[in-house]
This record gives sequence, structure tokens and C-alpha cells, in this order.
Amino acid sequence: MSYSNTDGIMIGLEIHVQLNRLKTKMFCGCSTQYHSSPPNTHVCPVCLGLPGALPVINQKAVESAMKVGLALNCEIVEQTQFHRKNYYYPDLPKGYQVSQFDYPIVSNGKVAIEGEDGELVIRIRRAHMEEDPGKLIHMGSIDKSKGTLIDYNRSGMALLEIVTEPDIRSPKEARRFLDKLRNILEYLDVFDSDLEGAMRVDANISLQGGDRTEIKNISSHKGAERALLYEIMRQKNLLRRGEIVTMETRHFDEARGVTTSMRSKEEEHDYRYFPEPDLVPLRVKDRTEKLLQELPELPDAKKERLISQYSISDMHAKALVSNLKIANFYEEVASEVNPKVAATWIADVLKGELNYRDLTIDACKVEDIVQLVTMIMENKITDRSAVEVIRTLLDSGGNCMEIVEKKGLVKVEDNVVEQAVDDVLGENKNAINDYLNGKEQSLNFLVGQVMKKTRGRADPMIVRDIIANRIK
Amino acid sequence: MPEWMSIRDTKHKIDNLSAEEVTSSYLDTIEKSSINAFTNINKKAIEDAKYYDKNQSDLPLAGVPISIKDNISTKGIPTTCSSRMLENYIPPFNAHVIEKLYEAGAIIIGKTNMDEFAMGGSTETCCGGTTFNPWDTSRVPGGSSGGSAAALAAGESPISLGSDTGGSVRSPASYCGVVAMKPTYGTISRYGLISYSNSLEQIGPMATCVEDIAHIMDVIAGYDNRDSTSIKRDINYSDAIINDSEGMKIGVPTELISDGINPKVEKIVWDAIHKMEDLGAIWKEVSLPTTKYALPAYYILAMSDASSNLARFDGTRYGLRVEGNNWHVMASKTRAQGFGDEVKRRILLGTYALSAGYHDKYYVKALKVRTLVKNDFDRAFNDVDVLMGPTMADIAFKVGEKIEDPLSIYMTDINNVPVNLAGVPSMSIPCGFADKMPVGLQIIGNTFDESSILRCAYTFEQNTNHHRKRPDGVN
Repeated sequence: MSYSNTDGIMIGLEIHVQLNRLKTKMFCGCSTQYHSSPPNTHVCPVCLGLPGALPVINQKAVESAMKVGLALNCEIVEQTQFHRKNYYYPDLPKGYQVSQFDYPIVSNGKVAIEGEDGELVIRIRRAHMEEDPGKLIHMGSIDKSKGTLIDYNRSGMALLEIVTEPDIRSPKEARRFLDKLRNILEYLDVFDSDLEGAMRVDANISLQGGDRTEIKNISSHKGAERALLYEIMRQKNLLRRGEIVTMETRHFDEARGVTTSMRSKEEEHDYRYFPEPDLVPLRVKDRTEKLLQELPELPDAKKERLISQYSISDMHAKALVSNLKIANFYEEVASEVNPKVAATWIADVLKGELNYRDLTIDACKVEDIVQLVTMIMENKITDRSAVEVIRTLLDSGGNCMEIVEKKGLVKVEDNVVEQAVDDVLGENKNAINDYLNGKEQSLNFLVGQVMKKTRGRADPMIVRDIIANRIK
Repeated sequence: MPEWMSIRDTKHKIDNLSAEEVTSSYLDTIEKSSINAFTNINKKAIEDAKYYDKNQSDLPLAGVPISIKDNISTKGIPTTCSSRMLENYIPPFNAHVIEKLYEAGAIIIGKTNMDEFAMGGSTETCCGGTTFNPWDTSRVPGGSSGGSAAALAAGESPISLGSDTGGSVRSPASYCGVVAMKPTYGTISRYGLISYSNSLEQIGPMATCVEDIAHIMDVIAGYDNRDSTSIKRDINYSDAIINDSEGMKIGVPTELISDGINPKVEKIVWDAIHKMEDLGAIWKEVSLPTTKYALPAYYILAMSDASSNLARFDGTRYGLRVEGNNWHVMASKTRAQGFGDEVKRRILLGTYALSAGYHDKYYVKALKVRTLVKNDFDRAFNDVDVLMGPTMADIAFKVGEKIEDPLSIYMTDINNVPVNLAGVPSMSIPCGFADKMPVGLQIIGNTFDESSILRCAYTFEQNTNHHRKRPDGVN
């Protein structure tokens, strides 16, 4: 399979990642755990930008950024520096954002994803540190707002802006890249994607024959895919009609699924970057060795290890490692029961049931899945019953054994099945004749009757075999 | 009658009377004064003084009143930068130096007038009006820390803190006949100092004698982890108070005695240098060739920083707010009404210098000049211990004389700004009088060598009488 990219699509992403697993903000001692606190309670003179307050670099934030860089195969800069990015906005308390300019902490990396036609390497241009602004809350709708409130709890949170080269060729690839990135960040324990505003994406996109547009502030991976699909369609239509695609910044309207023009190239800000005089350049490269040693096993490496250690399929391994908690859960289960069976049940069934319910693996206990897999292995319950046990566990809680007993899901003994088959065959001569005359459905009917008599605890595949053997 | 008192004198007086009486007599003097040195008085000063009277201590500044330039944050006391923008701003936290002063037992008596946001050299660009020079009230006190220097000269406080971005403690010290030091960059934490140009400025002690400068330095200098440009060093400044400069090597930079110098000032400065020679020091001429480019480089860098530093004053969170029908209008109106002309001029020029297309031509070039200026000083200090020259090329000018011609005021700091570009320490001490107005001698030291400056300054002071003269009506 090869992907021709006939439209010459080039997509580059800028991903703002909030390093929200840090204890304190980027330049002050304020706690990062503001998500369930009242507005403006996690603030201090520094993150409020009061006159005379000065920033101090959070060294843990620097190290988190470096770890991300190493995980993305980037080079670490010898000496990094912060710059001021000057612009006015009410959520920006100093009238400038402390960011980085020509000495970003890391650059020149690469990440492999599953592309449209096999492995695709996305180059990482750079990743730089900066501070998050506060948050505006409009009272009422944005056009008819009575006023705007500002919450500076977010102000000064450490952000990492990761910039890719325009190596992405389709919205699907963009989404896969974002999924992979999120996965890596979670493995590094620098980032919790469940928190609001944890990851925001800007996407640059151009088609052959047109200029590049930038879509700002997309808040989800799905949103990125949709925004890009819309933008490709829009640009294609323009080009088809012989019109031009102009360089501009566009806004993605999540509700309507469309992008709208925000400002043209001429209206672009001049941010007047200059070195932040309150911070001195920081030598960082000498910390690389230490951080490399602290680097955890990353998704690709874990996948390879799971395949070789547990002899599971590539597909199962991929599904398991795409969520660190699930991968860890799997390994705990696999240490007690057959790893292959465990992989099937966790990757194929449990994960789907969790997703369907919007639950995380925290909703599930290792011992329950160990018991369940054990019963499946010992042929004590049917696959169908096992699925029911998982659903019940997730919907109403309890433990595996209780559910199996309460619902009477223990598989019936073989002689009971034999007896039921005898009874059914005795009672349904017509159906037997129909089957012998070539009516395949009659066999299904007979199996159904046996299942009814055993209240569903028999294994339908086995029942089918028994009946077929008896009446052939 | 108001009088000049050293820290030692003040403590002696407190022992004989009480901190309360000493503080209250200063407040009384300020109240009756017409030189307009203060923007606000600390309403709790008497209360603080009473506390020290009850809890006698041997802290280095126990009960000693100090005035503070109004760009240094004082918790609970308005800190206005002499700007309409911050007229009602009361900081919720203390600057590092204020914490240190409180720990040392000092009493903050009030906040001193300054050029708005420290942008100026005459203390005329203030929202609360000009400060007048106590030696001649038709003249300016210099600036931007003019309120502090005038307060000292008028006997309105024994010691003071100013800040020096491009001569802002030395200029008024020279014009008002007092002593001030700009320490090496990084020596005193800037935490709580409202920034004008971050990489150039330092808080600086001001007093009526050299010894007090050392005492204040011992209290306020030192590492602070809240200021990333603060440096760890352990120096006892009072140890450098030595009345002996035998064998010290003095460089006299020819560039500092410029063509435009008042000949009377020139003569007084040379007399001072010869006096040092009489006292056993050796002098020679040296050259700082790049300093002729220092002034434009200084203003480009300072204004660039300022344009960014002052962006936070938008009426949203604190300070002045002029309502408008949306945020941008509100912010624009607030800035239009909150800032004075000189501040606006510097924000505009700084914004211009940092803009795309001009950044390399101005900002980057100015940084290169800065490196060359630093190299000049490094070279000079290979041979000498200190540099000496006039602080100001002339005596204090008349109020209103230069206000319409900003460049002429910028030019007055021509001998001061190279020091800030290089980050080296420098002091101004009284060295004589021209037309009954004080003249300041500038003593510049190598990086972290405040000790050599203090030693030279103390020797000169102890062997001359210039510092004993007072303005009329002051003891």
C-alpha cells in the first residue's frame, strides 16, 4: 500500500503541553494543583506580574523539558536562554510572556508513527519552554458578554511548545502523531492529559500551489483531525476555482467543525523578542547523562519487550502500550495467569468496555481480571459470561467471584449438557429432519433450545458440535 | 533646626532621647519642608519607633529612620514610582532590601520623590511635582533619586536608599553634596525594585558620610534566591573603612573629563585627585575609548527594557484605571493618562528599537557596544585600583532649564552610564563647591571591588572638609 498525497498536503504542528505533573509553576513557588480551586487562589506577586516581582527558573521544569527532548530524540542545547515575547492581552499579567527564542532547550528530534503507508518519521524542529497565561471567563456568550473575568491560577504554569517539521501528510497522520506524543509524555510522567487545557494544538497546513494557513488553539486530537479535514477541503475548493490561498491565521470553531479567518499575515504581531534580563542563561547540557538514566521505558521499547517477553501479538502489544496504566495493569495480570489469554481479554475486551464507558483502568482491579482469566482458562465460564462479568464489574462494581455466583454464570457440567441435548432432540424431530434435508438454520434452532434449557451456561460452540455429531 | 546625622549620631541621639522622638523630629522636619522630597510618609513610623524603644536591641540600625526611593516596594506603604499610574498602588510584599532593613531594626520613615519610573536626571518628571535642591531651591536635585539626595541634604532623613540605572544615585548625590554608591551588578537583590532597565540597575545606599554607605551595604547586600541575577559573595564592607590610601593606584580616564565640562568643576576634581596623591596614592591617565558610544547604547538598552517592563501597567489588576468600552480602549486610555511625557517617549523609542527591521540595527548593536565598554574597564583595571573623575560635568542646573530638551538631560549622565553598562561599582562623594553648589567626585572600582572605592572615599573624606558644609538652615 502506498500513499500518493496527490494534493501535496504538508502539515506541521505546534503542540503546547502543560507540564502539569510538576509541583510548582515555571517561575514561582505557586502550586500547580489549581484545577478544582476557586479562581485566583494559586497566585503570588510573580505570577500576577506585580511590579518588582522577579522570576526564578523551576529547575524541575527544565529537566522535564529535557526528558521530553530526549524521548523525542532531540539534541540538548549547551546553554539555554529565555526571551520576552511582548504583546498585550488581559490574561497576560506582565504584558509579555517569558518564552524562548533562538536557544530553545531542545531541537532536531524525530518520532516514528504509523503513517498512511507504513512507518513515517516526523522530524521535531524544536521544543521550547514558556509560561502559560491566565484564563478569561466571559460572562454570557462572547458577543453579548456583560463582562470578562480573569482567573490567574493558570498564569505561570510551565508549558512546553513542541514544533514539528511539516512532515505530516494527512489529518489521520496528524492525529496519530498527537496520540503518540501524548503517550510518550504520559510515560515520562510530566503530563496528565486528563486535566483541562493540558494540550493545545496549532496546525500549519498547505496544499500544492497554495500558501500556508495556521489553525490556532485546537483543544483535542479529534478536533485537530476535524479542523485539518475541513481546512484541506476549503483550500482544495479555493485552488480548484483558481483562487488563491492566502497566508493567514484561522480559528477552529469546534462546535461547527469549521475554520474561520482570524487575521492575515499583515496583521501578524511583531513580538519584539529580546533576552529576558531577569534570568541568566542556563547551562543544561551537562545534566543529559543523569536524565538519560532517569528516562523510563518508552512506548516503542515497551511494545517490543511485551512481544518478546509474553509472546503476544504485535496488535495486542500496541493496544496495551498505548496507555501506560493499561500496560502496567496487563503486566501485573500477566505475572499470575497465561499472558496471551490475559492480553486478549485486556486489549480486545476490557479496553473497549472502558472506552465505551469513558473509564480509566483505575476502575478495575488486577485480582478480578486474574480470577476471570483463571476461570476462562479452567473452562469454568464461557466467553460470553466473561464479557458479562466485565460489564457488571464496570457498571455496578463488586468482585469477579460474587458476580459469577450471583448471576449463575458457572458453566454447567458436561453431563447436564448431554441430558439437555437428549431432551431437545427427543422433542424436536421435525427440526432434525429439516437439518438432515439441508436446512442449516435448524441446527441453530436446536442449539438455541439447549441453551434455553441450560439457562445459557453451556458453551454454544460445544453444544453445536454435540448435536451435529448426534444427528449426522 | 534640621541637621545632618550619621548612623552613629542617630543611634547616639536615640540612646539619649528615644527612637520615637528622633523619628518624630524627622517627620516634623519633612512636614515643614518645602523641597518636596517625599511622596508619602509611613503612617506607622512612630508606631515602629515606639516598638524599638520598648525592645531595645543592638541591631545595626535599631531605631534609625531611613527614607526609601518610591520605586522600592514597601508592604502597606504606597509605592508610586512618582507616577499617576501607581498613585494608589500599595504593594502586598516587601522588597528584599526592605526585609533586610526591618531585620536590622531600621524605621522606614517615608518614600522619596523621583523622576517618574526613574526615567530622568532632574526629579522634575514626577506626578507630585519637582523636588528642589536644598542648596539652592531654584535648582534641581539631580535624579532620578533626587528625593533621596534632597532629603539627606535637607536633614529630612539620615540615610536613604535610591536606585541607579544610569547614574540615578550618583547624579543627585553630586548635585546635593551627599554620598551614594551604585554597587556591582548582582550585589543587592532587585526583588521588589520596580524595574526600569533590569540588566543595568542596582539599588544604591545614600548617606551623608562614607562610613554609613558601608554600614548600609552590610545590611542590604547579599544573595537572594528570588533574584536570579543576584550573586553569592561574602564581603564585610565596613572592614574597608580605612583612612589610608598609601600606594593605591588611581586611573583618571581622559574621556570622563570631557570638552563640555564646567572649568570650575574640572579644577575641583583635579584638586581632589591631587589631594589623593598627597595622601599617598599614585595616579595616571587612562583611556576608556569606547565610552563615547556608551550614552546612545545605554539609552537604546534602557528604553528597550523599559518598553517591555512597563507593559504590565494596563489598568487591569492594580493602579490607575481609566474606563473604556472594551479592554483595549481601557488599557490605552489608562496608559495615555497614567504615564507622563518622558515615560511615553522612552516606551515609544524602546518599542521602536526592538521592532522587526530595527532590532539588529539598534538593540543588537547596543549590546555589542556594551561588551566593548566592559572590555575598556577590564583593561583599565589591569593597571589601577580605582578610576576617578567628575560625577557630573557641571553643577545642578535650574528647575525647568532643560525639561523641554530631553537630550540635554540625557547628556548629563554621560560619565555615569558607562559604569552601568559595565556593571562595575561606583560612588560619588562631595569634593568641593562651585558657585556655592556641591561638586561630586566619582570613584569607580573593578567588579566586586567596592572595598577599594570605600577605602579611597573614606581617606579623602577624612582628610578634607567638603562633607562638613551644609545648606543654609541645616546644621
